Amino acid sequence: MTALRALLGAGVLLCLWQGIVWFWQIPPFILPGPLRVAEALWANRALIADHAGVTATEVLAGLVLGGALGWISAVGLARSPLARSIVQPVMVLSQAVPVFALAPILTLWLGYGIGSKIVMTILIIYFPVTSSFLDALLRTPPGLLAQARVMGASEGRILWHLRIPAALPGFLSGLKLAAVYAPIGAIIGEWVGASRGLGYLMLLANGRTKTDLMFAALAVLAVLAVALHVAVGRAADAWLRRRDA
Amino acid sequence: MAPSDTPPGLVLSGEVRIGDAPLLRGLDLVAPSGMWTCLLGASGVGKSTVLRLFAGIADGVTLRGAVRASDGLPLKGRVAMMAQADMLLPWLTLRDNVLLGARLRGEPPDPARATAILEEVGLIAFATRKPGALSGGERQRVSLARVLMEDRPVVLLDEPFSALDVATRARMQDLAATLLRGRTVLQVTHDPAEAARMGDKIHVLTTDGLLAADPPSEPAPRAPDAPGTLAATGRLTRLLMEHAA
Repeated sequence: MTALRALLGAGVLLCLWQGIVWFWQIPPFILPGPLRVAEALWANRALIADHAGVTATEVLAGLVLGGALGWISAVGLARSPLARSIVQPVMVLSQAVPVFALAPILTLWLGYGIGSKIVMTILIIYFPVTSSFLDALLRTPPGLLAQARVMGASEGRILWHLRIPAALPGFLSGLKLAAVYAPIGAIIGEWVGASRGLGYLMLLANGRTKTDLMFAALAVLAVLAVALHVAVGRAADAWLRRRDA
Repeated sequence: MAPSDTPPGLVLSGEVRIGDAPLLRGLDLVAPSGMWTCLLGASGVGKSTVLRLFAGIADGVTLRGAVRASDGLPLKGRVAMMAQADMLLPWLTLRDNVLLGARLRGEPPDPARATAILEEVGLIAFATRKPGALSGGERQRVSLARVLMEDRPVVLLDEPFSALDVATRARMQDLAATLLRGRTVLQVTHDPAEAARMGDKIHVLTTDGLLAADPPSEPAPRAPDAPGTLAATGRLTRLLMEHAA
């Protein structure tokens, strides 16, 4: 039902878009209609698929590595109040630096290949994953902790058997958020310097006033991002339901 | 607990403060060895703090006085606790929840004993199910099973039955009385009827201090409709009303 309504909304928007293009006779290099974009998408399907594959690889690699890094950091910080007091302010401060500004440096250090884009993606998702997991790790129900202490549990075992499993929903909600941000990281990386990927293709098409191709690449990127978000969300929810039922 | 071992009694004396604010003054509480002692009192009077002192988990509480076992040995490792909320882990099966203590201490688990205990509390059919599938009463039976699995001579009960409906509560009281017989039990409750049914000894904790009350002459657990139980319920209720803040 929700999907149906979303489709309906998208359909109305597309009709409106096509109507505007027809009515005002807008030249296609300024704003191509959705039909023209669809034609460009079909005509360049091999090219777009090739570049989309590169971007998807960057996004997924960034998501996996950033998620793993966030997991390790959050668990480490949860174990050590001293590390928390040192690292947490730095983490918050790091969010004040626009990641855009780092992209040229990453390209300088890591080159035009896929590496700089993956690092960019990791940088963007590291904070939401780490902070949402760490928050959850620090909010274990006090009754459970008391029970564990009466049972004679060590801190390490409490962390492993109690706090981490109890905090997994927090990690997963961080990961869901990361799935939305991850494509942004990859695209920023590609804009600053790349020879492949959807972001690169969009810049290229724009420079040659192939506006329809640019929109086609943008549409594929949007579908990719939404699909990733939905897939991660569904997988996380299904896994949690299975675990607790 | 081997039947030959005599469980220690519990002794708490002195003054209890939370931060700088005095909570309880002139305490002199004794829970005799192998008996069921009820600590009755209004909400917020400090009953749970008393339990936490015996359990060794009273964070932020200072005691000027002594909390000890009557045999002079440390209480640590000889106490099991059961709280109002069942504190079951939703991601573990009932059997694994019952085995939680061993898992948290890094000891080899004894699934055969866990099975036998689940049989005793009448939940063997659900051994491989998760707590989410159970009613409140069944969940508290799992909690009781976990206490039995821990097999400690001292058992602290923090209003474990107060969230249950009347009939379920009465059945749980009978089951707990049967299965915990022979251990030193200290049960905190705000329900005079519960104290009148269960207590070999009954103490009433008020803002004016600790008052001893006479339990009915019949052995516990007493029938809820026995004249002695009803009379004691009435006496305890009046005592609570007289000392209400």
